[in-house]
Amino acid sequence: MEGIADFFRWLADARGLNFSIFYDALDRSRFLEGLWTTVKLSVICTLLSLAIGIVGAWLQGARFAPARQLVQGYVQFFRNTPPLVQLFFFYFAVGNQLPHVLDEHGMLVPPISNVGWAILSLSLFAGAFNVEIFRAGIEAVPRAMVEAAESLGYSRLGVFWHVLLPLSFRISLPALNNNLVNLVKTTTLAYAIAVPELLYAAAQIWSEVLNVREMMNVLLVTYVALVAVLVLMMGRWERALRIPGYNP
Amino acid sequence: MSQDALVVLSQVEKRFGALVVLRDISFSVARGKTVCIIGPSGSGKSTLLRCVNALVPVSSGSIVIDGIKVNDPALDKIALRRKVGMVFQQYNLFPHRTALQNVMMAPIHVLKQDRHEVEERARRLLAKVGLADKERAYPGELSGGQQQRVAIARSLAMNPLVMLFDEVTAALDPETKKEVLITIRELAEDGMTCMIVTHEMGFAREVADHVYFTEKGVIVEHGPPRELLLNPREERTRAFLNQVL
Amino acid sequence: MTTLPVLLVPRPLPQRRAGELPKGLFGGGLLAAVLAAFMISILAADARAAIGNAASSDVLPILLKWSPLVLHGFLFNLLVSVLSMAIGTALGLWLGLGRVSHFPWLRRAASTVIQFFRNAPWLVLLFYCMFLLPFSITLPFATVPLPDTAKAVIGLSLPVMANVAEIVRGGVQSIPMEQWESGEALAFSRSQILWMVILPQCLRRMIPPWMNLYAILTMSTPLISVVGIQDSMTLARAALVAEGRTDLFIPMYLMLLSWFFLYCYPIARWTTALERRFQVRI
Repeated sequence: MEGIADFFRWLADARGLNFSIFYDALDRSRFLEGLWTTVKLSVICTLLSLAIGIVGAWLQGARFAPARQLVQGYVQFFRNTPPLVQLFFFYFAVGNQLPHVLDEHGMLVPPISNVGWAILSLSLFAGAFNVEIFRAGIEAVPRAMVEAAESLGYSRLGVFWHVLLPLSFRISLPALNNNLVNLVKTTTLAYAIAVPELLYAAAQIWSEVLNVREMMNVLLVTYVALVAVLVLMMGRWERALRIPGYNP
Repeated sequence: MSQDALVVLSQVEKRFGALVVLRDISFSVARGKTVCIIGPSGSGKSTLLRCVNALVPVSSGSIVIDGIKVNDPALDKIALRRKVGMVFQQYNLFPHRTALQNVMMAPIHVLKQDRHEVEERARRLLAKVGLADKERAYPGELSGGQQQRVAIARSLAMNPLVMLFDEVTAALDPETKKEVLITIRELAEDGMTCMIVTHEMGFAREVADHVYFTEKGVIVEHGPPRELLLNPREERTRAFLNQVL
Repeated sequence: MTTLPVLLVPRPLPQRRAGELPKGLFGGGLLAAVLAAFMISILAADARAAIGNAASSDVLPILLKWSPLVLHGFLFNLLVSVLSMAIGTALGLWLGLGRVSHFPWLRRAASTVIQFFRNAPWLVLLFYCMFLLPFSITLPFATVPLPDTAKAVIGLSLPVMANVAEIVRGGVQSIPMEQWESGEALAFSRSQILWMVILPQCLRRMIPPWMNLYAILTMSTPLISVVGIQDSMTLARAALVAEGRTDLFIPMYLMLLSWFFLYCYPIARWTTALERRFQVRI
């Protein structure tokens, strides 16, 4: 570890390439915290958006027409508007209208923080895509299989939970993984509302240390590597969950 | 209607909008007997089975199975499905579960029975249909005939009183057809009440106690297999059999 | 394997179930619903302003007052999207051809470039270009200045390039081998087959995903406001600051969202229609 730090200190002094995060403890900790925040944001938004996708897919099969139309409206709205504008809408517009509450210090603060709004907005955005993805998977399950499950006595919910969902999940896994990768990339939008994720942390560092060029390169490489690792893990997971004998 | 009639259909009619798919269907199936329904495509045979199993609601008329009124809007579907099992032409099995798990699922989830008992029973049923060695296989790894036999075992796991078969061999190639037909015949000989929609006339003649010929949603003719298949009374029946045999 | 299939092959997204409202009606219905939600929010803001004894119900007039300015910004967003799409498509076409090239080294190089620009977040690429592209490029015959907008356009065209390359690859690889083989049998060279036989057939299949990409790009153009370029977002915020009333926030942002929706939703529906039409032909 020390060897690496020394090397980069030398690099900064001798060649003017200042990769401060490798030798400066504060910068490094800020960078890693930003990375960790990005990971946390991604995980929470993934789980929430999956839940939204499942509920939305269930409602799209509901017999009650207004429920179906509501879900369609939600999906089309969030898929056809810019995520950044959605984020600003939630944080500045909606957030402003909510009454402030007292926090533990006795100060008036907005009830939902910028991180909270980022999670909400990004989850709704990714959730809209997931609804469509789950629906496509559900439609690949033949009607006869649903009838067979019903003949065995499963209720509508039982059929959805035990048959449709597990199958459509496996069928849609490539598309879901694609969506997850996009979500990780979309977390960078939270920079605009000062959420301390990776881009924000990097921006803080380069505005202090004035090593924009180096930090930008590190940032780019980090994101590309993060996504590459994710894609690899998703590939493994896809193979593990594969349905034997089904090769679309 | 005989006293031990298990399934009684009375003037059943089914309309899809303006289209009448079933008209004035009335017959009964006695306990332990096997009934075959034959006829050209589009004659409503599959719809009829689906009405019996409450997958499709009837427009008018009544269906009573062992005292349960199927056409009752307040029908307890789970109680009905305990008594009636159904096997379809294809896509019966759940591809993400092994053969054994497929057979075990419904008794555990729907009937809430004890897992170990269900596993025992499932093993016996798979052995009964000749697939004891395929417990751990997934449906995608089984041949068509094997899949259908697992599907039969799965329906039997619910201990039904009546089994419905909707053209279960129609999508199979000739070699695998036989193993499924043998399984069904054994089931019928063991005393299960069966309603079978089929194109296999030879099989119908072997296994049925009574055969119904339907065309355009009406029962044209019915009778014991030897009579109906060898010596049909109606012209339409004759025409159909000439085409098929 | 099995003689009986266990599942249907999933059809590609998006799907309309049988029994949905007919196309025009539903499209119109959704647009109407969005506009209705927008109007309701304005009326609600109006009502609250009236209750709070503000200068009567004037939310709608204020929005109308500022809309030319914000519209100006919105058109700028669209301009950026068109420019980035054009540049990205031109570059992406060549990159995609490299990706399916005969030469393994070219394929690998192209693949690396594509993976890199597809994995990187769009905002990071934008930052990269804004900060690290020079202020002007010195060519042998002239010095070309690179204003901020140009850098942003380049920044957005990079991921477009990578995605277009993937679309090209997908299109070319979806043409069955028999087409290549019949071309060879007629003594065409590989590049002749590519340009005269394969690419014209691919073009049709590539259009729906390409249109989809354009919609995604358009919805990413507000990112330029984060790197300091004035667009509809910055102008909308400037308008809100100028008015200084918090009850205008929701209507203003909803108005902006509606504009993007009115532009992108028809593109999405058109894409679906084209997809369905092209699928039948094969």
